[in-house]
Amino acid sequence: MSQTRLFSIPPRQDALVVPPLTEAERKPLTKKELAADHPTWCPGCGDFSVLALYYKLIEKRKIWHEKVTTVAGIGCSSRFPYFVQAHGAHFIHGRALPFASGISLSRPDLHVFAFSGDGDAFSIGGNHFSHTARKNIKMTLVVMDNWVYGLTKKQTSPTSPLGFKSKTDIWGAVDQPINPLKQALAAGATFIARTTHTNPNHLLQMMDAALDHDGFSFIQCLSECVEFFPGAFDSSNPRKGGQFVEVPKDHDVTDEGAAYKLAGQPFPGYFGILYKTSRPTKNALEAKIGADAQSKVQGLEPWQILQKTFDRMK
Amino acid sequence: MSDTATTATRSDALRISDVPEAVIRIAGNSQDGIQAIGGFLARLAGRSEQEVMTFMTIPSTISGGPSIFQVRIGSGEVLSSGDEADVLLAFYQHSYNDHLHSLKKGGIVLFDSDHVEPNPEAAKSYHHIGVPISSRTVEAIGGVGREKGKNVFALGLLAKMFHLNVPKLEQLIQERFTGKDTSVAQNAVLAFHAGYSFQLENVVELFRFMEGQKRAGNQVVMNGNEAIAYGLIAAGVRFGAAYPITPWSDIMELLRRELPKYGGCFIQCEDEIASVSMAIGASYAGRVAITGSSGPGIALKSEAIGWAVMAEVPLVVVDVQRGGPSTGMPTNVEQSDLNLAAFGGHGDSPRVVIAPANVEDCFYTTIEAVNIARKYSVPVILLTDQAIATRIEAFQEPNFKEICQDITPDLTPVADHKPYDLAAPDGVTRHVAPGTRIGSGKYPVVTGLEHDEMGHPTGSPKLHMAMTAKRRRKLQALAAELPAPDVFGAPDGEVLLVGWGSTQGPIREAVTRARREGQAISSMNLTYINPLPNGLEEVFSRFRRVFVVEMNDGGLYGYGQLAAILRARFCDARIEGINKTDGLTWKVREVLDAVRERVASTAGKNGH
Ligand SMILES: Cc1ncc(C[n+]2csc(CCOP(=O)(O)OP(=O)(O)O)c2C)c(N)n1
Ligand code: SF4
Ligand SMILES: [Mg+2]
Repeated sequence: MSQTRLFSIPPRQDALVVPPLTEAERKPLTKKELAADHPTWCPGCGDFSVLALYYKLIEKRKIWHEKVTTVAGIGCSSRFPYFVQAHGAHFIHGRALPFASGISLSRPDLHVFAFSGDGDAFSIGGNHFSHTARKNIKMTLVVMDNWVYGLTKKQTSPTSPLGFKSKTDIWGAVDQPINPLKQALAAGATFIARTTHTNPNHLLQMMDAALDHDGFSFIQCLSECVEFFPGAFDSSNPRKGGQFVEVPKDHDVTDEGAAYKLAGQPFPGYFGILYKTSRPTKNALEAKIGADAQSKVQGLEPWQILQKTFDRMK
Repeated sequence: MSDTATTATRSDALRISDVPEAVIRIAGNSQDGIQAIGGFLARLAGRSEQEVMTFMTIPSTISGGPSIFQVRIGSGEVLSSGDEADVLLAFYQHSYNDHLHSLKKGGIVLFDSDHVEPNPEAAKSYHHIGVPISSRTVEAIGGVGREKGKNVFALGLLAKMFHLNVPKLEQLIQERFTGKDTSVAQNAVLAFHAGYSFQLENVVELFRFMEGQKRAGNQVVMNGNEAIAYGLIAAGVRFGAAYPITPWSDIMELLRRELPKYGGCFIQCEDEIASVSMAIGASYAGRVAITGSSGPGIALKSEAIGWAVMAEVPLVVVDVQRGGPSTGMPTNVEQSDLNLAAFGGHGDSPRVVIAPANVEDCFYTTIEAVNIARKYSVPVILLTDQAIATRIEAFQEPNFKEICQDITPDLTPVADHKPYDLAAPDGVTRHVAPGTRIGSGKYPVVTGLEHDEMGHPTGSPKLHMAMTAKRRRKLQALAAELPAPDVFGAPDGEVLLVGWGSTQGPIREAVTRARREGQAISSMNLTYINPLPNGLEEVFSRFRRVFVVEMNDGGLYGYGQLAAILRARFCDARIEGINKTDGLTWKVREVLDAVRERVASTAGKNGH
C-alpha cells in the first residue's frame, strides 16, 4: 500500500568536494581564522575575554576547525557562537545543555562547548544543569556569571546577591541566591572550576583542564556586566584592590566535602578546580550498552536484525 | 457473525457454522492478562490468512481495574474493531454488567460462573454459557499460580468454540513463554487444554472461520506504536530522546531496548523540553533524530520545534494523541492535537504534519516522515493516536532489504556552504552537519534568531520577509510533491466523508455499508494535513456534501479541527463537521447515523 510514497532524497548537491586535510597539513588555527562577526557586546563586557581565551584554547590545543562545535542558549553571553568561525548553534533560552548533549552523545568525534549565562544555566535551564551533570555527558560548559540578566536589561538573576537593585527588585533582591558550585556538586558534576574574566591566564588554564576532562566539565566564570552590574566582582580583582585567591595547593580535588566547604566561602572565595573526579560518562555507558547489544547481532546488516525481530511477530 | 453461512455441518449433535468473521470482547481486570488472549488470537489470525483488528482499553491506574480487549477476526477485509460483539467473555460481575450492552442481540456471553451472577432478564436476549473458569484453572494447574492462567483457560474455551487451530495456538503459547521457567509454559498449555476440553453445557452451535484469501508473503502482527518504532529503525534513525507519557511510552521503551543493536541509543530525559532539545541537537549533529510524547508533552516541546523550523534542522516528533486538554483522558483516544501540531508554534512556523491511517501505515508513514524531514530540513510531526497505538493488526511483512535506509551523515568536505541560501530552488537548503570541513573557512551558525544566508543575526525587514517566505515555500514545494488521496467508493456522489488518521477504517466500513444500501457516499482519508496535498477542491466539487468526520469537538463555530482547516483553505461552504468527544473510536453505525441525521436535518434548508 503505502510503500510507493517514500520520498527520495537526491545526493547533496553542494558537495563540491575539497580534499580532506591530512594531519600533517593541519596548522593551529589563528585568531584571524577563528574570529567571525564582531562581538555585539558592550565595550568592557567581561564576555570578551572568555571569547579571546576560547580562540587561544582552540589554537593551543590544535583542534581541527570542523571539529569545534559551539552551542549556546539565549542571553548576552549566549551570543558566543556568532563570534566563533566554526560550526555553531544558537539554540533557545535555557536549553543549550540538552542540545549539546544530543551532539555529544551522537558524535564522539566532536568537541562540544556550551556557553551560557547565569539565567540561562541556573534559572530556566536549572533542571538541565542538574541532569547533565549527574549523567556526566561529555562536554564543557562555561557559564559567564554576571549576577544579572544582561540581555533583557537588568532583572534579578538567580545568582544576584541579596539587596541587588534590579528592575524586578527595585528595593533590592530578596531571594536567596543559588550557589552554582554547590549545586553542581550536589548534582554529581565530575569537574567543577571557578575562574574570572579578569585573570586570562587562569581562565585559559581552567578551559584547558576542562577540555582534558573526560566527562561534564563545568566552569563558573565571573564575567562582569559593565552595563547593569558594574563593579560586581571588584573585590576579586587585585587591580581593583580585591583579592584573587586560588584553591589551596593541598586541597584534595576528589574530596567532595572539602570542595563543598571551599564553594561556600563568602565572596570573593576561591578560584581554581574545586572538584574533579572520574566517573564513567554517559557517552561511555551508552557505548557499552551498544557494544554489548551489537555483539549479539554481529555480522548482521540492520535490515537483517529487523528481519529477525519481525520473524518473532508472525 | 450475522452472515453465518448456510452450509452448516453437523457433528456430535453440535452444529458447526462457517462464519466470515467474529467480534470477541474479553472483559476483566488489567492484571488478568486479557491483552495476552487478544494477542494470541490476533497473532493466530495473522498466521491463518485472516484479517484482524483489535481494540483495547486499559485503565490508567496501575493497580489493575477494569480492562477490555476486543478482537475482530475475519476472512475478508477488516477495517474496524467492530461495533457489536458476537461473543462476550466476562470474568467478573462488573465485566458482565458493563459490557453486556456491547453484545449484539442473540449474542453469546461466556462468563466465569465463579464470579458472575447472570441477570435472568438478560438471559432472554443473550445466550448465556457459564463456566467455572477460576476454579477449573486452579484445578488444572494445581493451584500454584492461584487464578493465574485463567486467561489461557478462557483461550481454550474460545479455541473450542471457534474451532481454532490448536497446534498453532500451542506454538504461540510456547513462544510467548520462552525464556521463562519451563513450568510457566507447561502450566499455560495445561490451562489451555483444560479450557479446550471443558464440556461446554448449553451450547447449541460451534463456529469455524471461513478460509481467508491466500496472501503473498508473511503476515506480521503488532500494534501501531510498535510499527512506528520499527519504522524509525528502518528509516535509519539511530538517536532519540523523550520523557515517558501514556500512550507514547511504549515507543520509547522499545527504542531504548532496540536501538543499541543498531549502534544507536535512546535517552530518557528529565523532561520533554530537554528531550526535544536533545533530539534537535542530535539532528543538528547530522542524523535525523526523534522525540515524541502525547499532547501535554508536545505542548512543552513547542518552543523548540519552532527553533527547528527557524533553524531549518530536520526532526521527527511523534504525537500519540489522547483525550485532552491538560492531563485529560490518558487512556482514551481523541484527535484534538491537530491544531497544536499544525499551529502550536509562536511566529509563522510552518511545519509538516502527517497522520497514519492504520498499523501498517504507521510503519511506512514513519519512514516518510524521516525522509520529508531530511529532504526539506523541517520538523515533521507524526500525528497518531491512542487507538492505533494500542490496536493490533496483521499486515504483510515489509521487504526490509529494500526498505531499510542508511542515513549516516555525509561529512564530505565542501568548498563553501550557505545554510540559508535564498537562491536555493523552492527555498530548500540542506543541513550540513558539524564535522564537515568547509574549504572557504566560513562556517555556518544554525540559529533561531532571524538570520542572513550564513546564519548571522539580522534585523533587516527584507531578510525577515525573504526568510519567512523561504520557510513557507519549502512546504509549498512539498505539497506539490504529495500524492492526491484516493477516493474510496465512487469518484462522485452525494456525500464525501473526509477523515484523517485512525478513523480511516470505520469510515470506509461505513461507506461500504451505505453503498450496499444504495447511498452515494464515498470517503477520503488525509494522511498529509500540513501541507495539504494539491487538488482536493476538485475531489470536493464532485460531491454535493462534504462531511469531515473527526474525534474532536465541533468547536465554537461547528467545525472540528480538520474541518476548520479545510474551510479556511477552500472557502467551501459545503464542508461541514461530524464530531464526537466520547474518547472512543468511531463505530460504523455512529458514522452512518450521524450522516443520516445531518442529511435529513439540513436537506430542506439547503435545498439539497
Ligand atoms: C523562553 C524565553 N523566556 C525568556 C526569554 C528572554 N530572555 C532572554 S535572555 C534572558 C536572560 C539572560 O540572562 P543570562 O542568562 O544571565 O544571560 P546574560 O544576558 O546575563 O549573559 C531572558 C529572560 C527568552 N528569550 N526566551
Ligand atoms: S549588557 Fe552586560 S552582559 Fe550584556 S553585553 Fe553589555 S555588559 Fe555584557
Ligand atoms: Mg547573566
